[in-house]
Amino acid sequence: MQRYANPGRFLRLADAILPWAAGLAAALILLGLYLGLIKSPADYQQGDSVRIMYVHVPAAWMALFCYLTIAAASFVALVWRHPLAHLVAKAASPVGAGFTFVALVTGSLWGKPTWGTWWVWDGRLTSVLVLFFLYLGHIALFTAFDDPRRGQKAAAILALVGVVNLPIIKFSVDWWSTLHQPASVFRLDGPTIHPDLLWPLLVMGLGFMAYFLAVLLVRVKDEVLSARLRALALVQAGV
Amino acid sequence: MKVLLALIGRDLRLVWRQRGEPLIGVAFFLLAALLFPFGVGPDTDLLRQIAPGIVWVAALFAVVLSLERPFHADHEDGTLEQLALTALPLPLLVLAKALVHWLTSGLLLVLAAPLIAVIYDLPGELLPVLLLALLLGTPILSLLGIVVAATTLGARRGSILIPLLALPLFVPVLILGVLAVEAAASGLPARPHLLLLAAGLLLALPLALLAGPAALRQALDEG
Amino acid sequence: MNGLADFLAMGGYAAYVWPAMGLTVAVLIGFVVTSLRRLRRTRRQLAALEAARQSTRARRKAAEGKP
Repeated sequence: MQRYANPGRFLRLADAILPWAAGLAAALILLGLYLGLIKSPADYQQGDSVRIMYVHVPAAWMALFCYLTIAAASFVALVWRHPLAHLVAKAASPVGAGFTFVALVTGSLWGKPTWGTWWVWDGRLTSVLVLFFLYLGHIALFTAFDDPRRGQKAAAILALVGVVNLPIIKFSVDWWSTLHQPASVFRLDGPTIHPDLLWPLLVMGLGFMAYFLAVLLVRVKDEVLSARLRALALVQAGV
Repeated sequence: MKVLLALIGRDLRLVWRQRGEPLIGVAFFLLAALLFPFGVGPDTDLLRQIAPGIVWVAALFAVVLSLERPFHADHEDGTLEQLALTALPLPLLVLAKALVHWLTSGLLLVLAAPLIAVIYDLPGELLPVLLLALLLGTPILSLLGIVVAATTLGARRGSILIPLLALPLFVPVLILGVLAVEAAASGLPARPHLLLLAAGLLLALPLALLAGPAALRQALDEG
Repeated sequence: MNGLADFLAMGGYAAYVWPAMGLTVAVLIGFVVTSLRRLRRTRRQLAALEAARQSTRARRKAAEGKP
């Protein structure tokens, strides 16, 4: 990992991986959409509205995965001071927030025909809402200080505090919602999911992951080059 | 230990000089709780039902609004940097700040909560559970809040940033606190919830004493 | 023909399914577009700065050449 601390090396690696990641993402997502929208069967009870699951669930997975990525990057940044780690955290955050937003809205759109209301205080949906605010706070920290390095460090610390809290938040919200939910709650993805429904889900999930990798690489490249730009501008000003 | 007491004593004296501030916090707590009946109507049954939630939400807001205080003054006049330059172990400083913050916010809320319980006609036997839950939960808020405050020292929009960062982290405490009272209200034991709160407090301590100093160091290194 | 109409109708849930799909695709494409645009802009600025540095260096060299 230390080898890729060198920005030049990282840029070359990123350029090598990027087309594959992007291609894989496009292929998997298109395949997933085809499987989900056309090939897979409608649900017995929910009809075609269940197809929303094929974007809602992978988006929720990614919302969590991106946050874990940020936490890992923050840890590496604070403990090993790897220079790229802060940039990874900064680049990943808006994408994670985007996935979270998609999870929330698609969850809402799925919930309305299923439960009759736009918002349900379902344990999962509510936890994701809290996660969304964790993302917003994280993003805000990067631009909250005059010195960008302080913003990076502050964001890293709070990301780690947040990740420790995340399971606690999820657990407490889940518990709260089950205690308050009427007994006849409909479990969206039941204990066993039919393989016909599982495959599009997995394909979309993998597609989203590849997408995240591709977009992340582009954004980190931009961060690396921006850092170089700032450094050069300082030198230039001194000239 | 002596150092800790010295720090606590000093901070308490500073707060005493501006003793209006914690009192304003309590006033806000009471006011916020008072507003809800105007919003939802005077139906006593409804109010009795939502009372625990109201108390806890108001407590969260009151705590969050007071989080700028612990570090603000010291940071402004450079005392914080001085303290960090001495051999003072930062975890001790964080502990002192969190304790003083709790004494001047959380503890006061515990003392003021019975007033709200009266207004909302909360059954008398639920009051001890509510107070105990607040007693266990508000220190957690202070500990987590201190970390957030340290992280955002000198940030441009600190006063808005602190609530945004702290409130999501406070959610579990809020939930557990309300569940404890609601359990007692339905005749179930509140103990599991209270035990979880106690466990949370035991967890928050090392977390805050680890993250707080890290936050202070990054805040002071960059000046 | 009927197949397409049925597909678009999504069993009556069209009003929910298509906005959900649309939002997802919009967000996915949105991030790609904005990220690439940003990268392009940074590259351009970097190239411009590099070029400016080259010209100042060249000017200075030329100035040094004259006694």
